[in-house]
Amino acid sequence: MNSPEPFLGATSHTPVRHHILSVMVENKAGVLARVAGLFARRGFNIYSLAVAPAETKARFSRITIVVDAESAPLEQIVEQLDKLVNVVAISDIAPKDALERELLLATIKTNVDNRTSLLDVVGSSGAAIVDVDAGSVTLMLAGTPSACDELERELENYTTIELHRTGRVALPRLGKAASATIFPTE
Amino acid sequence: MQLTGAQALIKSLEMEGVEVIFGLPGGAILPVYDPLIDSSIRHVLVRHEQGAGHMAEGYALATGRPGVAMVTSGPGATNIVTPIGNAHMDSTPLVIITGQVSSAAIGTDAFQECDITGITMGITKHNFLVKSAHEIPRAIAAAFHIATTGRPGPVLVDIPKDIAQSMMEWWYPENIDELDLPGYHPVVELDASAVERAIALIKLAERPVLYVGGGTLKSHASQQLRAFAERTGIPVVTTLMARGAFPDSHPQHLGMPGMHGMYAAVTAIQKSDLLISLGARFDDRVTGKIPAFAPNAKIIHVDIDKAEFNKVRFANVAIRSNVAAVLEAWDAAQVKPLNLEVWWKEIDAWREMYPLVYDEPSDEGLLRPQFVIESIAKAATPGTIVASGVGQHQMWASQFWKFEEPGTWVNSGGAGTMGFGVPAAIGAKAGRPDRVVWCIDGDGCFQMTAQELVTARSEGIPIKVAILNNAYLGMVRQWQEMFYDERYSEVYLSPDLPDYVKWAEAMGCVGLRATTIEEMHAAIATANSINDVPVVIDFRTDSSEKVFPMVAAGASNDDIMVHPLQRESK
Repeated sequence: MNSPEPFLGATSHTPVRHHILSVMVENKAGVLARVAGLFARRGFNIYSLAVAPAETKARFSRITIVVDAESAPLEQIVEQLDKLVNVVAISDIAPKDALERELLLATIKTNVDNRTSLLDVVGSSGAAIVDVDAGSVTLMLAGTPSACDELERELENYTTIELHRTGRVALPRLGKAASATIFPTE
Repeated sequence: MQLTGAQALIKSLEMEGVEVIFGLPGGAILPVYDPLIDSSIRHVLVRHEQGAGHMAEGYALATGRPGVAMVTSGPGATNIVTPIGNAHMDSTPLVIITGQVSSAAIGTDAFQECDITGITMGITKHNFLVKSAHEIPRAIAAAFHIATTGRPGPVLVDIPKDIAQSMMEWWYPENIDELDLPGYHPVVELDASAVERAIALIKLAERPVLYVGGGTLKSHASQQLRAFAERTGIPVVTTLMARGAFPDSHPQHLGMPGMHGMYAAVTAIQKSDLLISLGARFDDRVTGKIPAFAPNAKIIHVDIDKAEFNKVRFANVAIRSNVAAVLEAWDAAQVKPLNLEVWWKEIDAWREMYPLVYDEPSDEGLLRPQFVIESIAKAATPGTIVASGVGQHQMWASQFWKFEEPGTWVNSGGAGTMGFGVPAAIGAKAGRPDRVVWCIDGDGCFQMTAQELVTARSEGIPIKVAILNNAYLGMVRQWQEMFYDERYSEVYLSPDLPDYVKWAEAMGCVGLRATTIEEMHAAIATANSINDVPVVIDFRTDSSEKVFPMVAAGASNDDIMVHPLQRESK
């Protein structure tokens, strides 16, 4: 992948000009490799990518890709994606019309001195504690990418044992249809 | 009816009307070669799998039908990767069948295992790894459908050995819906408003050019092109991939554009105010430096693949369609530019001042390669098919052969694959046995795939091969002479090693050699009189000959270099 920070749930990745592509694909072996390979060989950058079975039928999956529309014109990215035989439909959601969510999981070292302040961070960020032991806690935040960025910044004051982010998924805001749906399933 | 997967595969190929498979058996594909004995399909046994792929391409380019190749797993599959990449670049319809190790062994680094669907993901239009014998008919039918519709291309079907051996109840898809391709929509309705907007531009054009690409041949639009060109009087250029789409003898034809294009063709594009691109893709070998390409032209871009629009050059009007349908719609509207008299006057002046030239043929020194090609062309039956390798000889063949009809020029364009010529010529001849097939080759190219002449001889495919033997990797030599201060690095090959005549004879072909003009004419006449075995002629040509005109890589087309003979007058 050509992305400077691929799949890392990287902090402060606020792309200058990103777009969210919601790509419906056939749920077949190798499809993710086809999509990722296309981005790699054409020099398109991916900021984040999330894959899961789609809502309708078991035969389709949805890949949510945050693309860097500066690495290549969005039109080229979409048209080249559309040429993949296993790609069934592509919706382009403009950032301003997108409801974006991401999941952050982090395990933080704790001790008597910092436990209270960490709980404050958890409380104010809307995160939740999902696991605890004597020397650490694991917390979770499901929120906007910027809320996840903000929490990640707050956690820099602590010792992080491990931190994972999922990459975002998105739906258009109600009343804001995806601006372009290419080749809907017939 | 119960069949093995292997029988179902062969039967599926028969259902698709396949008449010839180019291939070479091996372990994983063994089960499929057994029912092949009982099939009506001809099999051409190649000597190297690369040959099978290029033969399938030559077959496809000469006949317009998809070429089929079949090889085994591992090295068999990797050996055919180059032809697959070549066909992908040139949008040539191919169906490639590869054997794969048994399903249970996949992923274990088994003997002759390789992930060929992974390897070819980026150079096929699509590929399949078949998971059950029941799926074989669907995979084959889908492969042919995908390879031949929309923008054509190569499709690979990988079949594990146990799948070929297991039983299935025979069936065959009866319609496209049964192919299960929910994401594949090659056909779209013609956008009437785009057609109208294009018409408005054509009406206003004062300096239009029809920029004809390979898509015009792929959509069988030659007749429509001719009708449209003649009715409108618009000048025509045909790219390397479109040679034969419009007759070279036609007065409106300016020839090939691009790096080694005709001066008038290149310059007409540069000075045009409207470029009508028909199935062309603004390749860097045509455009030169992109910002300087046809700077004052509006663009009408017709292509079946909408990913080509705005990829290289902004299109004022983009029409997603096959070329034929658009030309028919324009003709129905009787569209015509007002007056092209001034434009033609300029073009004719360029044509007159800078025709194709080369130094006077003489027996001092070696043969002029351009003269050899012209002499073969002059002695050839009309309708002769010409295949070529890649390099100087390819450019000269495109320049000096006069192509009059589609399917008569078989070459490697986008990929520039040396060694394409001999096997592609064999494939073309297998598909069009009624035609004479000449391969214009270079000595470097010939050495890459010459072993397929053994195939040609043993299969009774009598092609004729002209080796323009200048003892160099000529095009690289030309660049080193012009752009690297004549520092020749690793380009000398020797004219005598190998001995091409003995080599040809050892492969069961007739081998001839020509050093003088008289020997050249005699060798061509002898070659033309032999129609039962392949003929190879070793023409000893002058290594100092360079291809002109030339636009240096990355330079503007305005800086076209004409032949030295024409330079004083410029």
